[in-house]
Amino acid sequence: MAATQVRSEMLAPRKAPDRRTGLVGWLRANLFSSPLNSLVTLALAALLVRLIWPFLEWALFNANFLGESREACSSGGACWVYISARFETIIYGFYPPELRWRVNIVFVLLALVIAWLAIPRMPFKKWGALCALIPFPIAAFLLLHGGYFGITTVPTRDWGGLMLTITIALLAMVGSLPLGIMLALGRRSTMPFVRGVCVLFIEFWRGVPLITVLFMASVMLPLFTPSGFDLDKLLRALIGIMLFWSAYMAEAVRSGLQAIPSGQSEAASALGLGYWHRMILVVLPQALKLVIPGIVNTFIVLFMDTSLVLIIGLFDFLAVIRSGLNDPEWLGYAIEGYVFAALVYWIFCSSMSRYSQYIERRLHTGH
Amino acid sequence: MSEASAQSEQPMVSMKRLNKWYGDFHVLRDIDLEVAKGERIVVCGPSGSGKSTLIRCINHLEEHQQGEITVNGITMTQDIKRIEQIRRNVGMVFQHFNLFPHLTVLENCCLSQVWVQKKPRRDAEKSAMEYLERVRIANQAHKYPGQLSGGQQQRVAIARALCMRPEVMLFDEPTSALDPEMIKEVLDVMIELAQEGMTMLCVTHEMGFARTVADRVIFMDEGQIVEEAPPETLFNDPQSPRTQEFLSQILGH
Repeated sequence: MAATQVRSEMLAPRKAPDRRTGLVGWLRANLFSSPLNSLVTLALAALLVRLIWPFLEWALFNANFLGESREACSSGGACWVYISARFETIIYGFYPPELRWRVNIVFVLLALVIAWLAIPRMPFKKWGALCALIPFPIAAFLLLHGGYFGITTVPTRDWGGLMLTITIALLAMVGSLPLGIMLALGRRSTMPFVRGVCVLFIEFWRGVPLITVLFMASVMLPLFTPSGFDLDKLLRALIGIMLFWSAYMAEAVRSGLQAIPSGQSEAASALGLGYWHRMILVVLPQALKLVIPGIVNTFIVLFMDTSLVLIIGLFDFLAVIRSGLNDPEWLGYAIEGYVFAALVYWIFCSSMSRYSQYIERRLHTGH
Repeated sequence: MSEASAQSEQPMVSMKRLNKWYGDFHVLRDIDLEVAKGERIVVCGPSGSGKSTLIRCINHLEEHQQGEITVNGITMTQDIKRIEQIRRNVGMVFQHFNLFPHLTVLENCCLSQVWVQKKPRRDAEKSAMEYLERVRIANQAHKYPGQLSGGQQQRVAIARALCMRPEVMLFDEPTSALDPEMIKEVLDVMIELAQEGMTMLCVTHEMGFARTVADRVIFMDEGQIVEEAPPETLFNDPQSPRTQEFLSQILGH
């Protein structure tokens, strides 16, 4: 006979059983959960201290930071004088010293524009975007390059250092993302011609190494263009870099487009929205959100690969640091140079990565 | 549909000898169907019988290869402008709701009003709130679809389609993806809509709904219309053996 059971009173919710929380709880659970684990933890901690302590001694405690020449480095630790004495060159390259204030203004404007766009609480985002897209580039060009309104021209061959790295990276990012989005849409188009052109373009640029692209842009291209038609070397390199990365961007974006269920586009169609409205209002916002990790990954690689412009004779941040290694005055400070370069690259790249994680969290809408 | 009304007024939706193939598979075979203004049609049939494909042809989510479709006097062509004109007359509700997850409920309802009908945002929001009120979900207007239950999402989807003030509403298995306790809230909204005189084509297996509101029930099998009759006739006295078998399977337990 089946037993019958009827509940006369519903149970009220109760508190969850105590979990180990807080720092101590975390340490217990993760580092000291058993005698063996405790042993491993202690051994690894000892090893870390053994490794890190000498580095800290070299890099901080026994280091020399300020001075004019290598004579200032006497304590046996890192000789950061190598960086500080050449700091201006590292930032500005061979930009004429009396005009470097112009670069500083561009840096400040850039910081303002980025802050305006990147901090969600800042108002009038549309105007910010408009400023970033039209007045800012014009102002930056006039200040950096000059040549109009009586502003002294500084040819791009004098540009260098961190300023050049940031210029190349920023323009390549801003150029390759929209181009990549268009290519990704084109590759998914139902029109055979459009799809074919996009596939060819993407496969071509993904098939050649960036070094080849840069080399072609700076050496080969002038051979084929009519004389008198002389594009600036930096501009040629920039166009090459932009086209190269747009292919990678296109594939990152395409992976996001493929992840959006077809029902989304169908629902938008059923509401009477045309192709561009469907893409811009419905599909792309969702797809781009999904591929933020892929896009930022590409941005990070792009940022670091700007250092390849050295091979066509552009003196970016890393090239300026390395150029000092051949200076007889400063022989033997390669480690300081590379450690500093690594630190600067890491600061830029990890900020991009942290910001992208923040944006991902912000855009989460619970689905 | 009686011959007298077919002559007196042009049908809202008309399909003439409609044929469609997926590759070699003949999904829709010689479909002839006329839907008068204000008529409520329920389409049922076994899975794979082409009933969803049939109603998806009406707003060109599926392309037919032969035959003619006319909606509210506009004949379907390949011309995208013509198709979009038809789509503005036709609202659609999907099995899986297909709300836009990156937009709030209110934004979902305003999107096409603002971008297709070019309404000022304030007017769009006002009319969106009216329709959300009608489907009894106005209090969730600022939430995202992902925060709502299935029944709530489907009611939002109905409101979103109504915001475009369509002449015809298509429902593609609107309750099939819902938990049982949420089906009623969606059907109630659909019944109200039917009673207000909306022209409706519903693919559904909710026989109670069909009995309450349908003027005609269409039974489809293997891409063709097998039987077509008022609900009482079709359910109580089906003529075709295929209809009889289908009904015995869905009503027989």
